[in-house]
Amino acid sequence: MKNKIKILRAEKELTQGQLAEKLEVSRQTINAIEKGKFDPSLPLAFKLSKLFERTIEEIFQNEI
Amino acid sequence: MKKTKENCVSNTRKTTLNLSYWSGAWVLTMALVAFGPKFLWEENATLTIIAILVNLGFGIGLIFANKKHLNSLDELQRKIQLEAMALTLGVAVIFGLTYSNLDVTNLIGYDAEISHLVILIGVTYLAGSVIGTLRYR
Repeated sequence: MKNKIKILRAEKELTQGQLAEKLEVSRQTINAIEKGKFDPSLPLAFKLSKLFERTIEEIFQNEI
Repeated sequence: MKKTKENCVSNTRKTTLNLSYWSGAWVLTMALVAFGPKFLWEENATLTIIAILVNLGFGIGLIFANKKHLNSLDELQRKIQLEAMALTLGVAVIFGLTYSNLDVTNLIGYDAEISHLVILIGVTYLAGSVIGTLRYR
């Protein structure tokens, strides 16, 4: 699944570590999500949505 | 109270440390059961039973410590552990039974030992965890 987390994170001037801290996950998890290697759970997707003030659909795009 | 990343990280560190203490205690008491009867208490049955029960107690503690540790991980770390466990279960069942068949049919010249299976399980789980960590890096 593609996502815009790296761009949105840059807009908010957050490092991966800082974003991980806000979401209460490891930096490795943020890195894996940004690279599209790992799809987050729905609760984590909602946390991202709330943090970036975007809908989940705006953040994540399905690659079908 | 709201959890912070620092709390999450320190909680994972704490449960990892806790898991290592339980693992160490279990391994030590296992050694006691294996070598104690011969070298420490001259095959005294009562002391051997006590040592076995103590080892079992630490083993049960280890199971709960491992569960607590898994619950302290975030979702990606849990996925890595789950994949390593799935690989380990498959390898243990398939290779364990093949090894047993080789023993039963006398195709190997020695008895199949449970310790060989435990070593295989440990090595597979370790390899699975390392591969998973590298894959999601």
